[in-house]
Amino acid sequence: MSAIVVYIDQLDAPGKLSTTVSQLLTLARGAGEPVAVVAGPVSASVLAELGAQGVTRVLNSEQAELGEFLVATKADLLAQSAAAVSASAVLVENSAAGKEIAARAGVSLNAGVITDAVSVTTDGGTLVAHKSILAGSWTVEAQATSAVAVISVKAHSIEAAPAAEPTTPVVEAVEVAFSPASLGARVVSRTPRAASGRPELEDARIIVAGGRGVDGDFTPIEELADVLGAAVGASRAATDAGWISHASQVGQTGKKVSPQLYISVGISGAIQQKAGMQTSKLIVAVNKDAESPIFEIADFGIVGDLFKVLPQAVEEIKKRRA
Amino acid sequence: MENSALNIVVLVKYVPDAQFDRQLSGEAHALDRSESILSELDEYALEAALALSDARGGVKGGNTVTALTVGPASASVAVKKSLQIGATQGLHVSDDALAGSDASATSLVLAAAIKSLGPVDLVITGMASTDGETSIVPAQLSARLGLPQITFASALDVAGNTVTARRDGDDFSEEIQATLPALISVTDQANDPRYPNFKGILAAKKKKITTVSLADLGISADAVGHAGSLTKVTAAAERPARTAGTLITDSGDAGIQLVDFLAAAKLI
Ligand SMILES: Cc1cc2nc3c(=O)[nH]c(=O)nc-3n(C[C@H](O)[C@H](O)[C@H](O)COP(=O)(O)OP(=O)(O)OC[C@H]3O[C@@H](n4cnc5c(N)ncnc54)[C@H](O)[C@@H]3O)c2cc1C
Ligand SMILES: Nc1ncnc2c1ncn2[C@@H]1O[C@H](COP(=O)(O)O)[C@@H](O)[C@H]1O
Repeated sequence: MSAIVVYIDQLDAPGKLSTTVSQLLTLARGAGEPVAVVAGPVSASVLAELGAQGVTRVLNSEQAELGEFLVATKADLLAQSAAAVSASAVLVENSAAGKEIAARAGVSLNAGVITDAVSVTTDGGTLVAHKSILAGSWTVEAQATSAVAVISVKAHSIEAAPAAEPTTPVVEAVEVAFSPASLGARVVSRTPRAASGRPELEDARIIVAGGRGVDGDFTPIEELADVLGAAVGASRAATDAGWISHASQVGQTGKKVSPQLYISVGISGAIQQKAGMQTSKLIVAVNKDAESPIFEIADFGIVGDLFKVLPQAVEEIKKRRA
Repeated sequence: MENSALNIVVLVKYVPDAQFDRQLSGEAHALDRSESILSELDEYALEAALALSDARGGVKGGNTVTALTVGPASASVAVKKSLQIGATQGLHVSDDALAGSDASATSLVLAAAIKSLGPVDLVITGMASTDGETSIVPAQLSARLGLPQITFASALDVAGNTVTARRDGDDFSEEIQATLPALISVTDQANDPRYPNFKGILAAKKKKITTVSLADLGISADAVGHAGSLTKVTAAAERPARTAGTLITDSGDAGIQLVDFLAAAKLI
């Protein structure tokens, strides 16, 4: 069976595998022999998790350069490790950094790179990536035509499941030869951003998003989100105004989300906003303008004032739960 | 440190206008490129380049901003618009063989085109193309050119030989530095792009667009396009367009009706 490499970052949050990485390992195990390439330390608990996923080989480097520079050093580690195990495929998380690591490793390995896969299947031994393109208006299947395929995969591509037979992985240290240009862009300072305490937009089952219509006051949005256990999103008009962090922006230049339910509040539904949310299962819109384009794609639309509709809904939910 | 003149290349892509329906067709599931425009997100890259140039005295100060596109003959539209907005000159790699190029093939051609320009201080790109939406061309291009990459910059400045940029991630805001030459991609948070004005439109008529073929760059036709790309689309389907569902007007109980809807959908 050919080696399928999964890239694992243990630099920012060491000691635990992210849920997405566990999903990638499950995927890799289904398609070949899973090999973990780890940037940063491999703790005992991580090793146990890798064993539970049926990983036999772990290639790892703790060279300081991996943490001091942007993605390029990590891509060097990944490409050199994938070449060392003659991998037929490389799977990476579809974060902004993950995509670039995939991109650069693809150049080194002369491999086709496919990003934003929502799932990966196999067709006669070849990996097939399924993705949504053109702002969610088309779905396509894509394959690499090269000897190695590099695919960055979104969260929830598969349900993570332990292997039938756990293994005892062997850790091999890799000495990465960094290319000089990889040591070019240095992180000189890092300021943590305040966490909201609410679910992450990409993981949330429900999102309540507010736009210019909230007029500076996100309280009704947050209160509805909190009774629903939802994440809070926003249009660019709201983030540009500084009412909420840019990290909450949904759309073409923000997060692309597909929750079970997206409640759009005081958002007109410009094309760039729709680009990030129109693949949601259900869309509810609250807008005081009946002509607003958001209603063209809403499963349930309410023409009304958000400052009346949302508090009433919050009270009603609390009442029904009491 | 002295701020010397900069030689900047800005990447501008010619993309189908997202305001219209976008369609894939044919055996290769290729994107229909009629109704195309300069990618909106590349306007931020152009603005970043022009701001750096302006701060150093513009063309009179010896700065050059070259707008580079790789695309069909019609892609010259994107270069022309860039010249109207303020770029100094244009470079257009135009070749029929390019159709269907993936990110790896595109970055290969972009790298050769940039090398053909001689020494460059900065390559500035958009954060994503509005058609491919992969955001991987900048990373691949910097790998091919051996340049340090700073992607998704929401602010940037050059002092002396050093470029400093801010990146706003979900968990951190980072400050990144690199020594020139470097490649930077900028987000739509980086600036407010200027529009072409009458003077700019007139001035653009005198600016030069150099059009080159793959052969001029020494790239063989089978290294690009559908043949040279390392990925292929094997199936494509249009998602059924979303349709409007129930629309109600609040007459005092819309909040309660909303909860009824959520309950019926088993979401509460
Ligand atoms: C390059 C580029 C990238 C962009 N990327 C994004 C992106 O990623 N995400 C994004 O969202 N936008 C993006 N935009 C901006 C987009 O074009 C729109 O300008 C933006 O989405 C508008 O935000 P909005 O709907 O909140 O504001 P508006 O369009 O001003 O709409 C506000 C709505 O609120 C309603 N309203 C007002 N008061 C109330 C009330 N009391 N109760 C109920 N409804 C009320 C109004 O009827 C109106 O429909 C981008 C633009 C560009 C050029
Ligand atoms: N064919 C092209 N010609 C010029 N620039 C391009 C081309 N393709 C991509 N780019 C640049 O690379 C950026 C990211 O593109 P992408 O990786 O396709 O999302 C774009 O914003 C452009 O600046």
